[in-house]
Amino acid sequence: MGREVSHEGDPMEEPGLRERVPHVVNTLVRRGLSFVAAEDAVQAALVRAVEVWPQDPPGNPTGWLVTAAWRAFLDQVRSDGARALREERSAVEPQPGAAPSRDDTLWLYFLCAHPALTPSSAVALTLRAVGGLTTRQIAEAYLVPEATMAQRISRAKQRIAGVGLDRPGTVTTVLRVLYLLFNEGYSGDIDLAAEAIRLTRQLTAQIDETEVSGLLALMLLHHARREARTGTGGRLVPLSEQDRGLWDTRLIAEGIDLLQKALARERRGEYQVQAAIAALHADAPSAEETDWPQIVEWYDDLVALTGSDVVRTNRAVALGEAEGPRAGLAALAAIDGTTPRYAAASAYLHERAGDLDIAAPAYAEAARRATSEAERVHLERQAVRLRGVQGWGRSGEGST
Amino acid sequence: MPKYLLLKHYRGGKTPLNDVPGDQWTASEWEAHVAYMDEFADRLRDSGEFVASAALAMDGEWVRYDGEGRPPVTDGPFAETKDLVAGWMLIDVDSYDRALGLASDLSAAPGAGGRPLGEWLEVRPVMEPAPTMTE
Repeated sequence: MGREVSHEGDPMEEPGLRERVPHVVNTLVRRGLSFVAAEDAVQAALVRAVEVWPQDPPGNPTGWLVTAAWRAFLDQVRSDGARALREERSAVEPQPGAAPSRDDTLWLYFLCAHPALTPSSAVALTLRAVGGLTTRQIAEAYLVPEATMAQRISRAKQRIAGVGLDRPGTVTTVLRVLYLLFNEGYSGDIDLAAEAIRLTRQLTAQIDETEVSGLLALMLLHHARREARTGTGGRLVPLSEQDRGLWDTRLIAEGIDLLQKALARERRGEYQVQAAIAALHADAPSAEETDWPQIVEWYDDLVALTGSDVVRTNRAVALGEAEGPRAGLAALAAIDGTTPRYAAASAYLHERAGDLDIAAPAYAEAARRATSEAERVHLERQAVRLRGVQGWGRSGEGST
Repeated sequence: MPKYLLLKHYRGGKTPLNDVPGDQWTASEWEAHVAYMDEFADRLRDSGEFVASAALAMDGEWVRYDGEGRPPVTDGPFAETKDLVAGWMLIDVDSYDRALGLASDLSAAPGAGGRPLGEWLEVRPVMEPAPTMTE
């Protein structure tokens, strides 16, 4: 299940360790532990496994983890004293209607994405309880101190402690968390995009919903372009300029196959539609051969599904490709100008329309509003290019 | 989750609500002020939103490169008119509104007479990683 993409470039990773974590949490909860106690105990076992397994690999890894987690739980109970002993007694009493009966881990996805949690807490908890990452790894991935991440996770668990395990969130919240994990990760030692793919792939094995397949397809189709997306020094390479020979055709084929099967079931959702747009880009042998009219149609569907101004802005750009920049600008005129990437879309369409006097300052304005350094530099470069400035290096040039 | 830098200034900001300069505060007023700041940081540690913070000395000077093999050029101390950062705190929160709320709480640290200082704080978004999906 997705092991081929999950452990790239991570020498600390023990093959097979992280996949087992949700199953071990599940086992302890079925033995009567609360989710909070089980998850803490499994985290302790996981930290221990990372230390011990490289020298002394266990014969039965799952059994090893269950035993180590159970011991960690008992140690915790002893050190907490009488107060926790009472809790243990109540934990070992089965909670009415609470313990999952089947040997699956689906409930963990739902619980960790519970709507009572903030997005960042849900992402962190999912990475730990479902993804089997240590608190330190999650902290490093999001560039915060380990103690801060530990607190965030601990508070998230307290928040959902009283929630019955039979009534967690909806699949929509689960997919939202996985989408965030894929789309908004830093590129550190932990490959969050690959992790999102692994967890979504695991989810498709447990739940039969077209939007789950749609999200996995969407991730695969974007992940396929990863190598082509950045140039030297982390420079952003826009889709139209990417070397399509660098795209991963195996991931594209898998994404398109998943998407076609999902779409055939006629239960459309925003992830399937986004994946369809990504698939049309992936299908085009060159930027010029992109089927823009069809992309615009999918954007129409996506606007109807989401009502989002960000989507309308992207649609205006696609319309500009399909019917000419003036049509794109006309569509853009109906959208709120404070929408993210509106200024960049406006600059691009004005450039295509030949209004360079408008496009250059518009790129500079877009650079000022960029929320990532890579985008800012990319947009500054566009402003500089249009002004005919030779070379690059005076960073103040584009922002005046 | 977005990060924000909260910047506190020795000078250069707009006039605070409680406009008695720090050098006229009593020792206990200072103690209360520092205790408030410490508690504020602890609260953010507890909520899982704290990243880092530091107070900066008033001393300092400008410095720049002056060509290959030459020592750095310095210019200082800072002119009295310079906007001067007194300290910073880096937070990691779920929304811009949350950052504004926290900055407002921090600005309520007590000053002279134990009344809220109401100083102006700068809130600066930290650049995020570029999202994977943009089209």
